[in-house]
Amino acid sequence: MALLEVRNLAVEFTSSRGRFRAVDGVDVTIDSGDVLCIVGESGSGKSVSMLAAMGLIAWPGKVTADVLRFDGTDLLSLTPAQRRKVVGKDIAMVFQEPMTSLNPCYPVGWQIAEALRAHHAVPSSKVRDRVVELLDHVGIPDPGRRMNNFPHQMSGGMNQRVMIAMAISCNPRLLIADEPTTALDVTIQKQILDLLVDLQKKHGMALVLITHDMGVVAETAHRVQVMYAGQMVEEAATETLFAAPRHPYTAALLDALPERAMGRARLPTIPGVVPGIDDRPTGCLFNPRCGLADALCSSTAPGLSGEVGARARCHRPLGGAA
Amino acid sequence: MLRYLLRRIMLIIPTFVGVTLLSFTLIHLVPGDPIEARVGERGIAPERLAQLRAEMGYDQPMWKQFLDYERQVVSGDLGLSTVTHQPVWHEFLSLFPATIELSVCAVSFAVLIGIPLGMIAALRRGTAFDFGLMGASVTGASMPIFWWGLMMILVFSVSLGWTPVSGRVSDMYFVEPWSGFMLLDCWWSDDEGACRSAASHLILPTIVLGTIPLANFARMTRSSMLEVLGEDYVRTARAKGLSDVRVNVVHALRNALIPVATVIGLSIGGLLGGAILTETIFAWPGVGHWIIESIQARDYPVLQGGTLLIAIIVIGVNLGVDVMYSVLNPRIRR
Repeated sequence: MALLEVRNLAVEFTSSRGRFRAVDGVDVTIDSGDVLCIVGESGSGKSVSMLAAMGLIAWPGKVTADVLRFDGTDLLSLTPAQRRKVVGKDIAMVFQEPMTSLNPCYPVGWQIAEALRAHHAVPSSKVRDRVVELLDHVGIPDPGRRMNNFPHQMSGGMNQRVMIAMAISCNPRLLIADEPTTALDVTIQKQILDLLVDLQKKHGMALVLITHDMGVVAETAHRVQVMYAGQMVEEAATETLFAAPRHPYTAALLDALPERAMGRARLPTIPGVVPGIDDRPTGCLFNPRCGLADALCSSTAPGLSGEVGARARCHRPLGGAA
Repeated sequence: MLRYLLRRIMLIIPTFVGVTLLSFTLIHLVPGDPIEARVGERGIAPERLAQLRAEMGYDQPMWKQFLDYERQVVSGDLGLSTVTHQPVWHEFLSLFPATIELSVCAVSFAVLIGIPLGMIAALRRGTAFDFGLMGASVTGASMPIFWWGLMMILVFSVSLGWTPVSGRVSDMYFVEPWSGFMLLDCWWSDDEGACRSAASHLILPTIVLGTIPLANFARMTRSSMLEVLGEDYVRTARAKGLSDVRVNVVHALRNALIPVATVIGLSIGGLLGGAILTETIFAWPGVGHWIIESIQARDYPVLQGGTLLIAIIVIGVNLGVDVMYSVLNPRIRR
C-alpha cells in the first residue's frame, strides 16, 4: 500500500472573476523511502497540490479528490481535530522562505519544542534535550545556545535548518519540502539539499521535493512529476524522464537546461507564458506553446496515457506510440 | 539601552522649558489675574489692588516673572495655589490617584473588550459580525464624549437607577485615604458596602472614558490581525498541527499586538493627562478637573505646575511604552 495516495485532486478558488482551478486532476503516489520531485514553472500548482494534501488550503479554496489517503486513512473524511494529529506529526512540511516561515516573536528552540509538545512526541522533561539533539542533527553549531536565538538573529540557511529540524521533530513518515532552497544562496542550497536527502535516507522517510530546478531533480529524485498550469503532464522514473521525455513540455524544459545547450549560440526557451485565469486555451493547455500541436491538440483535452508511474498527458507523445 | 534611556530622560529639559513657557504665555494672555478673579464683580480699590499685586510680584515685567518662576521650579518648588494656599505638589499628589484609577480602569476595559472583538472580527472577516462591529467602532471612535456621558447618566443612573450619578464613593462611607486609590482603600478598610459603592461609582466613567480607546483598539487589532493571518509563520504553525486557538492567539495575535501596543501606550499617556470631559461630567476629583478649575480662578501656579507635571508624566509613560515595546517585539531588542 502506498504511503500517500492521491487521485484526481482538484483545488478550486472562487474570486470575484469567477472560479479558478489552481490544481486539476493531479495524482500522486509515494511509498516509504521514495523521493518524488514535482517540477513545474511558478503558478503551475505544485505547492498548492501539496498544501491541499496537508489540509492547509484556507477558505475560500476548495479541495476535492477521488482518493486522498495517507497510510490507508482517508484524509478528507477526518475532522479537523483528527487531521491535526496527522499533520505535523506523520506528514511534515518545509517551506520556501525560511526568514518569514518562523515566528519572529519566539526563540527557534521554543518553536521546535512547541511541535514536540503538540504531538506529545517526547515526555515534557525530555523536550529540551530533544530540541538540542534535533538542532545538532541538522548541523547547527552550539545548539544549546542557538536554541535561544530569535529567527532574525540567524541567517536564512540556519533558519531553514531550524525549519527542517522542526519538520522532522516528530519523526514524520512523509516530508514535503516546498522549494526549500529557492530563497537561499547557491552554496547554502547544496548543503540544505544534501541535508534533506541525508535525513531521508537515515530515517527511511518518503520525501516530496517541490522544485523548478531540473538539476536538483537529477541529483535527488527517484521519480519525477511534471506539472503545467495545474495539471500533471508527465510522470516517470528520473532516468527515463531525462533520457526520453514523452511530453513536449518536459522535453522543452530539459532543452532549456544550460548544461544541455552547450555549443549552441542561444539557450532554447519556451515561447509564451503559462495561461492564467482568463486565457485558458481549449484542448491541451500547452498547445499554444507547443511546436508539435495540431488540430486535435487545440480542440480536445488529452487524458493521461500510459501505465501509472510512466504517463504523459499528450496526444502526440515523443518517442512513439502512447 | 542605558544610553538610550538617558537620552530620552534628557529630553525632559527642553520639554520643561517649552511647556512652562507655553502655559505661562497662554494664561497671561487671558485677561485678569488671580487677585481680580478672587475679588469678583464688587471691585476693589485701585490702591489696594496695586498693593496686592506688588506683594505677589504681578507688577514685575513679564519676562522677569517668567524667569523667577523658572528659578523657583528648578529649585524644586512649584509654589502655592493662589486659591487654597496649599503647595501645588501636594494638591497634585492628592488628586492624581483618582486620575490613575479611572485611566487604568478605562484602558483595561478598552483592552479587555476591544482586542478580543477585533480579533474575532478579523477571523470572521466579511461576516455580519465583522461589518456590525466595524460600524459600531466608527460610531464609538467619533462619539462626542460630553453627550455620551450625559446619555449614560440619563439611562443608567436616572431612569434605571443602576449606578450612582457622580463622585467616587457614597457619602455614607468614610474611607481612610491610605493609598488614594478608592477601590484599594475600600478593600483594605474591609468594608464590603464601601467596596461595592466605589466599584459602582467607577462603572459609568470607565465606560464613557473607555469608549473611544475601545473602538480604536478593536479597529487596530482587526487590521493588524488580518495582515498577520496572511504571514508564512501562521501557515507554519498550522502545518505543525496546532489547534486553531493556539494558531490564532499564540502565533497570530502575539504578532498582531505589536502595533496595537503603541496605540495603547499613547492612549494611557493621554488619559493620565486628565480626562477633562469625563472628570467634569462625573465630578471625578482628578487632575483634569483640577486644571479646569485653576483656569477659571487664574490660579497661575496650579495651572503651570499642573501642566508641567502632566507633561513629565506623559513623557515618562511614553518612555515606559517604548521599553515595553522592545519586550513585545524581539526584533528591536539589542
